[in-house]
Amino acid sequence: MEKIFQRPASLKPVPFRYCPGCGHSLIHRLIAECIDNLGIREKVVGIAPVGCAVFAYDYFNFDMLEVAHGRPPAAATGYKRVMPDRIIFSYQGDGDLAAIGTAEIIHAANRGENISVFFVNNATYGMTGGQMAPTTLLGQKTTTTPFGRNNETAGYPLRVAELLSTIEGASYIVRTSVDSYKNIIGTKKAIEKSFRYQIEGKGFSLVEILSPCPVNWKLSPIDSLTWIQTEMVSVYPLGTFKDKIKEIE
Amino acid sequence: MAKTVAATGNEAVANALRQVNPDVSAAYPITPATDIMQRFTSFVSNGKVKTEMILVESEHSAMSACIGASAAGGRVMTVTSSQGLALMWEMLFIASGLRLPIVMPVVNRALSAPLNIHCDHSDAMGARDSGWIQLWSENGQEAYDNTIQAFLIGEHMDIRLPVMVCMDGFIISHSIERIEYLEDNEVKNFIGEFRQLNPLLDIEHPVSYGPLILPDYYMEFRKAQDEVESKVFRVVLDAAKDFEKISGRKYGLFETYRLDDAEIGLVILNSAAGTSKDVIDEFRNRGIKAGLLKPRLYRPFPYKETGEALKHLKAVCVLDRADAFGGSYGPLFIDISTSLYTYSKKPILINKIYGLGGRDYLPEHAELVLNELTEIAKTEKVKTIKEYIGVRG
Repeated sequence: MEKIFQRPASLKPVPFRYCPGCGHSLIHRLIAECIDNLGIREKVVGIAPVGCAVFAYDYFNFDMLEVAHGRPPAAATGYKRVMPDRIIFSYQGDGDLAAIGTAEIIHAANRGENISVFFVNNATYGMTGGQMAPTTLLGQKTTTTPFGRNNETAGYPLRVAELLSTIEGASYIVRTSVDSYKNIIGTKKAIEKSFRYQIEGKGFSLVEILSPCPVNWKLSPIDSLTWIQTEMVSVYPLGTFKDKIKEIE
Repeated sequence: MAKTVAATGNEAVANALRQVNPDVSAAYPITPATDIMQRFTSFVSNGKVKTEMILVESEHSAMSACIGASAAGGRVMTVTSSQGLALMWEMLFIASGLRLPIVMPVVNRALSAPLNIHCDHSDAMGARDSGWIQLWSENGQEAYDNTIQAFLIGEHMDIRLPVMVCMDGFIISHSIERIEYLEDNEVKNFIGEFRQLNPLLDIEHPVSYGPLILPDYYMEFRKAQDEVESKVFRVVLDAAKDFEKISGRKYGLFETYRLDDAEIGLVILNSAAGTSKDVIDEFRNRGIKAGLLKPRLYRPFPYKETGEALKHLKAVCVLDRADAFGGSYGPLFIDISTSLYTYSKKPILINKIYGLGGRDYLPEHAELVLNELTEIAKTEKVKTIKEYIGVRG
């Protein structure tokens, strides 16, 4: 009998230790499948963030670099400049990319660095225990906004994909979600396209992925998926915000 | 009337900050200090304090916002740990250079790389020469008491300097202990109304903070900063005296434990001092004259007083929970050596590096060190001045 489904070679044979219903394990797998499909496992280097996915190097079966909170795009730039034939991606959360590392992501995009960035947006700081992130929705209750985020003191949800799509240096900016089969497949396509663009030297790409955090949202895994569909998507619409190559073609 | 509670170090410090009720706080979560800012934001949301809370995007911005708020004339605090403190490094010097009395509990945690969230003192030691006053705390009670006193010390009109209050990450921040809280009004009366000094937006008396000062005056500015450091000791002791009146708890520049007639001694900071005291008692029971010195005010360092307290010993081990790389000794060891340098008769000194990245400091470690000191006191021979203990390979 032909084996048609197996663990990607780009994932180590270890169980994920993320919380039940968390989107990280799913997104890790999608990235691993894309790397397998493109046959680039031997030349890929990933950058792990500070945040829940700090343990990404325990799961990905290729070289990983761990850098300080928020600095992956800058570290990726350095790596890529030295090894331009390698494929480098950073994997970052809300705290890493949309808060402490906002400067790095903007300037990596502006320089049009030929790297792939996977940005997991779960509207909270997961690892430190569910504090308000710049991506937290208005009215959303977190441990630092117990009565809900109030724009008067805490500002508005930061739309990273929209923000980066205004930058001339960026090539491919897309927002996807892992709330449904359809969107999981869409996310995988976006990840693969991002890698393909990098392989072809087409420049900076970022895939923003809306991802559930049931523990900090205090919802069941199923209700968390519904929350993405009913609450998050209206603030963070899915879609391609920029595709420079397509525009040229 | 004091209230006795069971609380973690973080909970106690958060409660102290609630009682202080500062005007502004800006903070970014970082393990293991997150708990303090999180509890404090609950106080803000529940109307228990009138503090303007700013949830900023990084520690660099947290300290920058605190600097702005303090220069504007507010009573200001933030909290952090490890990488957070490291990221603030640039702004730490601005806060002290501008003489802004910001108070910052630092929950001590190891520095990257490799990434580690557990206790050691590399974070605060890295900032020891940043011009901030540093108070170190053995347990939750001391962290609570030091936090309250920090406002009085830093805001003193002769001082006007920022203050860090250090306590051990997880070991103290997350352990529940018996803690005595003062009444809210006792804390309020103790720290008094915040007094402004050259605030911004005083239209009649316009000021500029942090202007460009070139070779013509820069050095005079630094000398003034150095001179104010010498006044800190008296202010810390005065604050301790006043604090004793309301709490019954005594504080000094450092704590000595069975040191007066000791022949061998340990110098050690924070929670590990507690573990060491028990072992010292055991050695005393066996007739060995052991003692301990636990620094409290680490910056500015009371070199004269510390030297006086240690000079009569035969052998002393300084235990550092951080290393100062560069072929050097641990930072505390360097300071203790300096404090004894001018004495012709002084103890033989050794240095042990322990407990990095949360490695346990156990009573047997103190025992090992005290046995070595006993031998050194007898033979006056030292095998190795600096050594890592509790380490493989």
